[in-house]
Amino acid sequence: MYQWDFGILWGYRWLFLNGLGVTVGFTVVIVLLGLLFGLIAALAMLSRFAWLRGIALTFVEAFRCTPILVQLIWFYYALPILAGVEMTPITASALALSLYGGSFYSEIIRGGIVSIDSGQSEAGAALGMTPRQAMMRIVLPQAIKRMIPALMNQSIIQFKNTSLVSVLAVPDLVYQSQVAAHDSYRPLETYTAVALAYAAILIPLTIIVRRGEKRLAVSE
Amino acid sequence: MSDTSKDTCKIEIRSLRKSFGSNEVLKNINLDVAKGGVVALIGPSGSGKSTLLRCINLLVVPDGGSVRVGETRFAFGEGTKLPDVKTLAKFRATTGMVFQHFNLFPHMTTLQNVMEGPVTVRRMPKADAEKLARAQLAKVGLLEKAYQYPATLSGGQKQRVAIARALAMEPDVMLFDEATSALDPELVGEVLGVMQQLASEGMTMVIVTHEIAFAREVAGRVVFMRDGVVVEDGPARQVIDAPREAATRAFLSHFHRTGALPPANVTS
Repeated sequence: MYQWDFGILWGYRWLFLNGLGVTVGFTVVIVLLGLLFGLIAALAMLSRFAWLRGIALTFVEAFRCTPILVQLIWFYYALPILAGVEMTPITASALALSLYGGSFYSEIIRGGIVSIDSGQSEAGAALGMTPRQAMMRIVLPQAIKRMIPALMNQSIIQFKNTSLVSVLAVPDLVYQSQVAAHDSYRPLETYTAVALAYAAILIPLTIIVRRGEKRLAVSE
Repeated sequence: MSDTSKDTCKIEIRSLRKSFGSNEVLKNINLDVAKGGVVALIGPSGSGKSTLLRCINLLVVPDGGSVRVGETRFAFGEGTKLPDVKTLAKFRATTGMVFQHFNLFPHMTTLQNVMEGPVTVRRMPKADAEKLARAQLAKVGLLEKAYQYPATLSGGQKQRVAIARALAMEPDVMLFDEATSALDPELVGEVLGVMQQLASEGMTMVIVTHEIAFAREVAGRVVFMRDGVVVEDGPARQVIDAPREAATRAFLSHFHRTGALPPANVTS
């Protein structure tokens, strides 16, 4: 029978905390950037111009239909050669994860926008608003409310996806725990603790999302 | 009534055509509305009357012909460029529209709904816009609902707020697209009352309606449409009480003598 000894991990607490800080900070960055990319792609997909819709669709499908692990490696090793720019592992992985997240966010945002009754933008137009004003003042504020649960679910997935950046040696929670596991020869304790750390953050978040979904269902 | 000089004629529509795919909805429509005139468009479903109304503020862009409201004229058809979004928006700001399903903004209070046009489109300072909005809400008798959201209002109240919202743009012309068709019968009167008051103040109005009695009372002229053409156009009482065309007579026979709707079938 395996003798568990979680006490050993105490010596690595700063390492873990450091890694956790990187993971959380990284998530915040890729969620914000991803939402920005997603909004731009969603508006482009709803554009009057076919060429703009084409570009947006290509972007979304390219990122949705390739594995994120492949994208991370490609952004770090292949893109610098093609584009001629050196990228740090952090830049490459932030860019890849933001674009990957953005491709999923864009579908959520687009769906939210088209779910708003066309009479709303028509009423805006009848008042003399430009399509852009009607989108910003009338449609988006209503659509965002409907999107929030789905956007939060996707952000939770993004939080978990940050664990992949350890393959590029970005010092996140998983990377630091690998260091700790190699050093202590205690991989079982280390990875169990890491799994629990992710769960401890995500379980409260999923409860919040579920409550939000229920409240939204009532208010509509 | 057929005077086409710009001084007396607020709306002038010439040879207007519109198709949706292979379905020709408007076939060569001509219509003039005098300044301060009230015109009711009546006709069966699918006759093109709502499309015609939406062509007046270009929510629907015609395929051919021309539309003039006030000083602004647009021509459509081969060889003419479609107006850009800014020009369209500026033009629509001068025409108010009221929709069958109200289309109030549910994320804003009643007051914010009415302020939205002046603030966003006319770039009016908030304090001035609020004063204007309060005056319009008072006019439709709903000032005490200023801080409520549309979801808490009855259908009749919603439509009165929608009218106040359109009036806050201080439009030259008001367009009503079956403004009472979605209302419970007991709520129709309050909305018609507001419309009647507007008409008596000299607002130029085009009203798509199934309220035949109202059209007879309030409109100066009634235009009967069927299958995308104007079948009959004349003084309201003459068209309704003594229609010349068989098609008009057939349509009007669906309504009671009082003008109230029979229980079902007509609005379908």
